[in-house]
Amino acid sequence: MKRFANALLCASALSMLSTAALAEKLTIAMVNNGDMIRMQKLSDDFTAKNPDIELEWVTLEENILRQRVTTDIATKGGQYDVMTIGTYEVPIWGKQGWLVSLNDLPETYDIDDLLPAIRGGLTVDGELYAAPFYGESSMVMYRTDLMEKAGMEMPDAPTWTFIREAAAAMTDKDAGVYGICLRGKAGWGENMAFLTATANSFGAKWFDMDWNAQFDSPEWKEALTFYIEMMNESGPPGAANNGFNENLSLFQTGKCGMWIDATVAASFVTNPTDSQVADKVGFALAPDNGLGKRGNWLWAWSLGIPAGTQKAESAKKFVEWATSKEYLAMVAEKEGWANVPPGTRTSLYENPEYAKVPFAKMTLDSINAADPQNPTVDEVPYVGVQFVAIPEFQGIATAVGQQFSAALAGTTSIDDALSNAQALTTREMQKAGYPK
Amino acid sequence: MATAHSRSAARLMMSPAVILLLGWMIIPLSMTIYFSFLRYNLLTPGTEAWAGFDNYRYFLTDPAFFDAMGNTFVLVLGVLLITVVGGILLGLLLDQPFFGQGIVRILVIAPFFVMPTVSALVWKNMFMNPVNGLFAYLATAVGLEPFDFLSHAPLASIILIVSWQWLPFATLILLTALQSLDQEQLEAAEMDGAGPINRFTFIMLPHLGRAITVVILIQTIFLLSIFAEILVTTNGGPGTATTNLTYLVYVQSLLQFDVGGGSAGGIVAVILANIVAIFLMRMIGKNLDA
Repeated sequence: MKRFANALLCASALSMLSTAALAEKLTIAMVNNGDMIRMQKLSDDFTAKNPDIELEWVTLEENILRQRVTTDIATKGGQYDVMTIGTYEVPIWGKQGWLVSLNDLPETYDIDDLLPAIRGGLTVDGELYAAPFYGESSMVMYRTDLMEKAGMEMPDAPTWTFIREAAAAMTDKDAGVYGICLRGKAGWGENMAFLTATANSFGAKWFDMDWNAQFDSPEWKEALTFYIEMMNESGPPGAANNGFNENLSLFQTGKCGMWIDATVAASFVTNPTDSQVADKVGFALAPDNGLGKRGNWLWAWSLGIPAGTQKAESAKKFVEWATSKEYLAMVAEKEGWANVPPGTRTSLYENPEYAKVPFAKMTLDSINAADPQNPTVDEVPYVGVQFVAIPEFQGIATAVGQQFSAALAGTTSIDDALSNAQALTTREMQKAGYPK
Repeated sequence: MATAHSRSAARLMMSPAVILLLGWMIIPLSMTIYFSFLRYNLLTPGTEAWAGFDNYRYFLTDPAFFDAMGNTFVLVLGVLLITVVGGILLGLLLDQPFFGQGIVRILVIAPFFVMPTVSALVWKNMFMNPVNGLFAYLATAVGLEPFDFLSHAPLASIILIVSWQWLPFATLILLTALQSLDQEQLEAAEMDGAGPINRFTFIMLPHLGRAITVVILIQTIFLLSIFAEILVTTNGGPGTATTNLTYLVYVQSLLQFDVGGGSAGGIVAVILANIVAIFLMRMIGKNLDA
């Protein structure tokens, strides 16, 4: 009994100690990407400068995080004070009034230094609703040795026709080398991200100005037919189940001639510890068809603050620290330039040190080539390059992605896949009450 | 001898536990039913309205719905067939005395302790992958074209993965049942001139009846809600070839944040599961009474 009383005394003394140094606790929902994990490791720098703020991290895989964060903000749960969200969520949530505006960040933050394309994707009606932590686009990664062996030369800005020829020339199925690896796994953020961006370069679009689905257009048929024929000629078997990670491992083990995917993959395929082909990788812009649009996307993982939080001031301090120029400089000093979060600030790309990184220029050019406000050849009523920034998009695009994945696997014909996509998109849009 | 008085006292004593259990079940279920009649999407707050049977109409006319129904039943029946037949055969094998029996039994049971997501990933990337997988390696070694399992036989592949996970469960239950069989009966049958096939058909199988019933019942309950294996391997595709009811409800509620539609789907799934359960009970209830 006495021991118990002592324990109680100790416990109460401890709790008094901890309330004495009362720190405000920020809960941060974070994606488990390499750059973000690194930020968590370096966050001692922030707590040293702000001893009155304590950080608590909730680290989750992208899709789970999206579900948690969306549910939390929609039900006003208030679990998180800072959220990692992408360019898809920001326009929708900003319009709903779910996010705190960041326009009043201090002068030293230098909002004008943010890359225009990225900043545009995070702005609604002139208000910046999230600060970009890193930005990405997509580009062609190719094997310089195989290109040479095929007797071809990759231009900086290739056309789709060239890509298809090069893929066929690089393919050597007996040696297990496939000319081109592309996403085929169904999902709005998997194959549909790639296919929507690609369709833009063929002049196809999701909706016309009256929100009518456009999968019955000749442009979509051309884009999808091109993709499937090229994959059947020169792609790896089982492509219909390959997403980003599967293609990354295929490329790293030397099975792919070309891979068109996220610019962040550049640091993985050129890293000698993970990649068997690290010294044989070249980069080029995503292909086009001469219609004035390239098939590359635009995405930025960004930090936003939910509107209901009581701790907006501390949260802003944290967001400012994590996305500042000083943070980039700190990562460069501690981890090297190749590990700096890319794609957010003009000043980073003007830095001569950073220009030595092999994929720096191509990443910047790719990001600058994307325009979320005018993603495709014709005028469209929506914002977003490889997505349509409306709440219904995730569900619709995943179902459409399944159809296109089946067409790639050969279990559905291209015409059936397109007419199914048209029917289900029309149905879901009616259900949601468009045109609004 | 329980008097009326002591019986009612017993009921009174039990009531807190009973009420708690009822609440445990009734409250979530009634909330789900309530939501299923609302037009309620998390992403469009403030537009909640009474929707009547709209959610049900949309769910039942979803082009993927009948595919999902069919896939659910094929998946359940396929896995049941493989695990029951395989479980009996493995049980017979492990029932024989041989060297290293203990180790072999542990190895046979091992797959049951592997998490569904993990085993699905291992199967997808290390066995079935047409470029790097073991099956592709074996096929090329004998000069065949590697078969792309998850694109060309998606549902069969998932049945295979799930069967691999549930086979140990069936084996375990059937093996214990075999071990409880009276050896003297078998010896007597042998002396009367019954061959091994006859001994199995007329003595072992009837004895296993109850164990088989248990395996079928318990597995059906779990197999109706297979989800992780589908999410990890095929995302319900290609097309809707591997979308089952559980996956369809997931798509409704967590990809579209449509609480109304997801709840309606959930209720439909509950009703279907109950229909299946009633039929199962009818069909094999005789066995349980025996």
